[in-house]
Amino acid sequence: MDMLYNILIDPFVQMVDAPDFLIQVVWEGFVAGVLYALIALGFVLIYKASGVFNFAQGIMVVFAGLSLVGLHEKGVPAWLALILAIGIMAILAVCIEKFVMRPLVGQPDIILLMATIGMTYFLIGLGEVIFGGEPKQMITSELGLPTGSTAFEMGERGLVILQHIDIAAAVIALLMVGGLAVFFNRTRIGRALRAVADDHTAALSVGISLNQIWAIVWFAAGIVALATGIMWGARSDVSFALEIVALKALPVLILGGFTSIPGAIIGGLIIGIGEKIGEIYWGSLVGGGIESWLAYVIALIFLLFRPQGLFGEKIIERI
Amino acid sequence: MFYREAGQYKTSYAADQQIFPIRQDRIGIAVILVIALLLPLAASEFMLSAIAIPFLVLALATIGLNILTGYAGQLSLGTGAFMGVGAYSCYKLVTIFPEVNVIVHILLSGTFAAAAGVVFGLPSLRIKGLYLAVTTLAAQFFLEWCFIRIPWLYNYNSSGAIEVPGREVFGTLITGPAASGTARYYVVLAIVVVMTLLIKNLIRGRVGRQWMMIRDMDIAAELMGVRPLIAKLSAFAVSSYVCGVAGAMFVFFYLGASEPAVFSITLSFQVLFMAIIGGLGSLVGSFFGAAFIWILPILLRVGLPALGVDVAAETVFQVAQMVIGALIIFFLIVEPHGLARLWAIGKEKLRVWPFPYA
Repeated sequence: MDMLYNILIDPFVQMVDAPDFLIQVVWEGFVAGVLYALIALGFVLIYKASGVFNFAQGIMVVFAGLSLVGLHEKGVPAWLALILAIGIMAILAVCIEKFVMRPLVGQPDIILLMATIGMTYFLIGLGEVIFGGEPKQMITSELGLPTGSTAFEMGERGLVILQHIDIAAAVIALLMVGGLAVFFNRTRIGRALRAVADDHTAALSVGISLNQIWAIVWFAAGIVALATGIMWGARSDVSFALEIVALKALPVLILGGFTSIPGAIIGGLIIGIGEKIGEIYWGSLVGGGIESWLAYVIALIFLLFRPQGLFGEKIIERI
Repeated sequence: MFYREAGQYKTSYAADQQIFPIRQDRIGIAVILVIALLLPLAASEFMLSAIAIPFLVLALATIGLNILTGYAGQLSLGTGAFMGVGAYSCYKLVTIFPEVNVIVHILLSGTFAAAAGVVFGLPSLRIKGLYLAVTTLAAQFFLEWCFIRIPWLYNYNSSGAIEVPGREVFGTLITGPAASGTARYYVVLAIVVVMTLLIKNLIRGRVGRQWMMIRDMDIAAELMGVRPLIAKLSAFAVSSYVCGVAGAMFVFFYLGASEPAVFSITLSFQVLFMAIIGGLGSLVGSFFGAAFIWILPILLRVGLPALGVDVAAETVFQVAQMVIGALIIFFLIVEPHGLARLWAIGKEKLRVWPFPYA
């Protein structure tokens, strides 16, 4: 009985008792969700255009963040470091297309997934050789990002503190999604991307260059990775631990569907807010730390009922 | 010329169905076994404990993953966690029933891993491919969390680690810090050889063929009378059992003590790489893959200073990681069937040698 009370009633009593704390928790979850969504966005971009499940997106985030900070440490001014980091992501995209994707055209999904896992290992090793294994401080203020915080009074019920960098992250994520939507729907390259996603052969036959398109898509994913790296790095440090956190994008994608950009955002928010609330209000019942797996279990349960995700395309099986 | 089955007539069904129908294969296996048995005479304690034992254990884990991914076609990223279940349940069994033979415990601990595998394999009935990979990630993170947060599993040890107690079999100490490398090596060798043989037979038989049908096309297999529920869950159960036994051996015969971080996702990936490089769907490939991934970093560590390249130990580790990552991609591009395929090509060449064609 006590157990049931602790699980079913007590958390809600706590929520009503301290609404300021609840709002703070939801906000924290929201921001984490935005960052998950940004990583998931990188996955979706590549999955849409090439059907490759890019396991390396997480390490690309770390790599982008590290090159930015690493360049700045070498004495390069922040704005130039940012441009150079974008350049590095472009080179990376071209290399991936040329040395990994092109020779593997037409292989089964699983093979391509494993190739991206191999890529992850390569990039972890490369990143550690070049930048060293220690966590680095993100150059938040040098990039002109806000660092302060604002406290909102809620009458006599307490106050909610919002970090400016979190607000900036949410705005940037929103802009990025908007920009990508325009890019996909309104530009020539965006249409070519969608054509490639629909049917490789048909796209080739109307004169779309697969190689070029894939390089562009990986570059776009690289830019998303750089933005994610900056935002995430500003909240904690830029370190290789991020790579494990980035795996959280997988349950996000399952919730949202692999091919949907709005799905990635909404899935990210559900996972982010859900796991923060679960951790704070229910986590202590089982000893805490449930954040590490709650997202996966939510996705697992969700999969049993709706295998294609919230916004994914229905999977039709044929022999 | 030497490797040719000409003249070897099969006069009974039993002879036709034996595991190694070609005489040269039987001789080859016998030679390898004899070398394996005599290895402790030639090898140092370091070679046995740091190379031979982990190689055999990881080869067994790779076989376990290969059953699931290579034969039944269900991608799993949770191998490390299933190995962990085996290790922790073995530790609990050994401390609760100290008088029972430790080898019995090791073989029993696999059943707990099998149970965990079946539970996390249930979603495989509805989903497959990449989606299934995510559910196995759920297994990985959830079980890893259990190893940290449930103190009962490590007997409320303040360090949060499990330490292997010394246990004797037939008057010889085989586990714990005081056991000799030779004794541990022989126990590991015996378990790995016996289990490999059993699995080989399982795969040749009805069960294994059903797994392969499910892998090649599940809907067609179902129409032909294979029950996906039984086939998929049995693949999860057998695979997790083997991984669990490997995990128990990993701690009891190799590490001696372990903390939850040992069974992290890194181990899962390591075993997956062994399976890929060795060749998915091949038992001999599992041994090749394990040897390759385990011994390559050691070779780099020993070899680079010998060549006069002076590098820090940390850098060697990172370079090894880069090399492994690049090799994975290389293998997927050049030879998606892994080292096992190269082995098969080599055998084919030997058969027709010295002529270019048979």
